Amino acid sequence: MSNKLEDLLQQGPIAINIGVYGFAESLQIQGVQVVHVNWTPPAGGDPELMELLDQLL
Amino acid sequence: MVTGYVIRKNEYHDSVFLMRVAKRLSEQKGILQAAALMGTEKNKVLLAEIGVRGAEISESNPSDLIIAVNADNQEALTSVLEDIDRWLTIDLGSAPRYDIRMLDEAVAMQPRSNLAVISVPGSYAAREARKALEHGLNVFLFSDNVPLESEISLKEYARERGLIVMGPDCGTAIVGGKGIGFANSVRRGPIGVIGASGTGIQEFTSLVHRAGSGISHALGIGSRDLSDAVGGISFLSALDALESDKQTKIIAILSKPPGQLALSNLIPRILQCHKPIVVCFLGPKQDSPHANFHSRTAHTLEDAAALALQIVTGNLLPRFNADSPRIQTLIQRERASKNPEQRYLRGIFAGGTFCFQAQQILQDAGIAVHSNAPLNGNLKLANPMRSEEHTLVDMGTDDFTVGKPHPMIDSRLRRERILAEGQDPQVGILLLDVVLGFNASPDPAGELVSTIEEAKREAKKRGGSLSVVASICGTEGDPQNFQQQVKLLKGAGVIVFPSSAQAAQFCALLAASLSEVIGVK
Repeated sequence: MSNKLEDLLQQGPIAINIGVYGFAESLQIQGVQVVHVNWTPPAGGDPELMELLDQLL
Repeated sequence: MVTGYVIRKNEYHDSVFLMRVAKRLSEQKGILQAAALMGTEKNKVLLAEIGVRGAEISESNPSDLIIAVNADNQEALTSVLEDIDRWLTIDLGSAPRYDIRMLDEAVAMQPRSNLAVISVPGSYAAREARKALEHGLNVFLFSDNVPLESEISLKEYARERGLIVMGPDCGTAIVGGKGIGFANSVRRGPIGVIGASGTGIQEFTSLVHRAGSGISHALGIGSRDLSDAVGGISFLSALDALESDKQTKIIAILSKPPGQLALSNLIPRILQCHKPIVVCFLGPKQDSPHANFHSRTAHTLEDAAALALQIVTGNLLPRFNADSPRIQTLIQRERASKNPEQRYLRGIFAGGTFCFQAQQILQDAGIAVHSNAPLNGNLKLANPMRSEEHTLVDMGTDDFTVGKPHPMIDSRLRRERILAEGQDPQVGILLLDVVLGFNASPDPAGELVSTIEEAKREAKKRGGSLSVVASICGTEGDPQNFQQQVKLLKGAGVIVFPSSAQAAQFCALLAASLSEVIGVK
């Protein structure tokens, strides 16, 4: 099995950013490839609905 | 005072962005207080505490944006609330924004991805981290308030698959020369780092860079990873990877003391590592587990950097020397201008590890220190808002930051506290840290300068003087520029030391010297 942490250290980060947009921006400034996810709370932040969704998907 | 608010249904923004919006709103003329928050239950309580209530607020949910303002007149209130779009779009940044809402879409768009940087609120973070691991991504988990059982399960899942979870509650990593989260701009080099805390990693890596060497990778494993409950799962993954990494010639381990059980399980692995290891477990000397190691041990972050540098370069880092003419002259100068009442030290910190390390240094010097985050439980401040005798305050804890900007992003809370300490006639020394780097305030020293000058003037009016001592964590490559920040502080009469440890060591000497003057033991 390949060790994906060792691959990360060798290749450098190719990132997906979920949350604080500024983190995507600071990575981009350093030349890191980054895709930012416009995250919103699942199920409008309703924990019961979120659990139901998780079971369905 | 007039109060008003605007609610935007289903408009989510991240907490750091909203802190910046709130900061900008609060700087407008006539605005007394501004909040930009998502409609969580916790945030609704915070809004009620500042007098903002309403049926629409009660009905809002965590996907709804609430902007609330207290102003001293209706005109100021209206001018802000009628133009909310302007405040929400003024600082959108330059990174590309695609309409991607799910991790799956991002992975499809960038199939070679190898890292997920996750900073959503703690109650959602484990869910997102699990999805990222299932996609074969390493995880940098910035979020705090992630349940312990979730942390353990995520880390076990990751380790079984050759992945790592960095964090939670650790804001810094450097991978292949690229800073992630709150990191400094440091050159690449032979020293690998495994650190439990963000500011600990920032200080170590900045010191190494400023001494001319560099960092291969710095992996932040989170404040609980070395506890008995977690047992160092991410630590072991990080150690395995750094030991295999060709560029890493030496490994530094930076943490508070690990749990006893975790430590006894990890020691054989650490001793087995074929690369030199420097171990720095911060904490009072009597609690130190260093005796267990054949490897090199350090008691402060600067000691650790000095040891690592000595191994890789053979050079010695200039260290604090209490007997040097420069230090002795400074002590005499600062002591001479004090009035007899001024005997206490107050440390107002943005970085939690700096507050912890300074307590350790003062305690080792025989000086009892109170804190909201104490080394010793019996010296916990009864009220985090009010200092007692010698006090060091970590302004980054939940005591201060719930619903308010962290002091590394916005120094407003620290400025208020500095002024309050300056009003206390018994205070003679103020100890500060300034943290530079990606995602930190664009001008942290500049934000503090006028407040420091005001506190100094107050002390002078009372016939004494306020010694302000600081260290700056950062490098000349940081967006804020290290040298420029040093110059700003020195211009305000601040005594600036090259490390947080040296600043605390100087304060210990000066505090002891002030006690001698008035005969306090």
